[in-house]
Amino acid sequence: MKSIQELQAIKEKMQKMINTRETTDDSDIRIVVGMATCGIAAGARPVLNKLSDEVLSRGLHHVKVIQTGCIGMCRYEPIVEVFVPGQEKVTYIHMTPEKAVRVINDHIVNGNVVQEYTVNKE
Amino acid sequence: MRELSLHILDIAKNSVKAKAKLVEIAVCADSAADRLSIVIRDDGCGMSPEFLRRVQDPFTTTRTTRKVGMGIPLFKQAAESAGGSFSISSELGKGTEVRAEFQLSHIDRMPLGDLGSTMILLISGSPDIDFRLDFQVDERSFSLDTREVKQTLEGVPVDLPEVQAFLREMLTENIREVSGGKPL
Repeated sequence: MKSIQELQAIKEKMQKMINTRETTDDSDIRIVVGMATCGIAAGARPVLNKLSDEVLSRGLHHVKVIQTGCIGMCRYEPIVEVFVPGQEKVTYIHMTPEKAVRVINDHIVNGNVVQEYTVNKE
Repeated sequence: MRELSLHILDIAKNSVKAKAKLVEIAVCADSAADRLSIVIRDDGCGMSPEFLRRVQDPFTTTRTTRKVGMGIPLFKQAAESAGGSFSISSELGKGTEVRAEFQLSHIDRMPLGDLGSTMILLISGSPDIDFRLDFQVDERSFSLDTREVKQTLEGVPVDLPEVQAFLREMLTENIREVSGGKPL
């Protein structure tokens, strides 16, 4: 069994880091995942997990993964929206954990929208 | 939905929307009695007796964008098709309690699934709300309370990716141990 006492070490490490970096600012990239009944039932939870894992393991401090409610196109769930400041919103549909990795890699890191996963392809 | 933990995520989000300050989730399996119970309790705005009567109907929702709400009816169906029962009690201004019971060994009982992920998504999605999980399998148990977590963190945000990663690891490991190596 793990105990929350182990958080102590993380707390100390993070206290040092928070002082050196802004926690949020306008240049952050936002990745928004639809997590209403429709999204959850279609498999949004593992997609969101994978996105968070990738952001953490690649140290993408300027990227925020956020949950939202129903985006309004339930038949396309799981839906992931990417907001890069200064650019148009990109809507990815029928997402899977595997597709999520590619979106992080191609779009978030390298700046190339993965056209074949977007809603415009439908 | 393929997992009970997805239903828990969905129902607990209603508590978040009801402006709860504390959401308590209890999952309790008793193999001698062949029962599995799931209780989700909040101190949110609650429901009027009139709304409470209608809330198990799929054509009831608080959403204004459309006329259907499937969360509660789907959870109810999951319980009732697995030799169990379902109930909601609520009081305006006090909060709501959703209770689902299952026959543990029933062939149509959904697996519990990834309860740790459900908790992490709730905690990271609403860092200002407190969540408590009580997970019990026979005589073994494990609890996580974000009030204790936040006290330990002393102002470090609970939704930092590093903190979330630790909590997820802790939940996964402890839930696995309490389950006795055999997922519920």
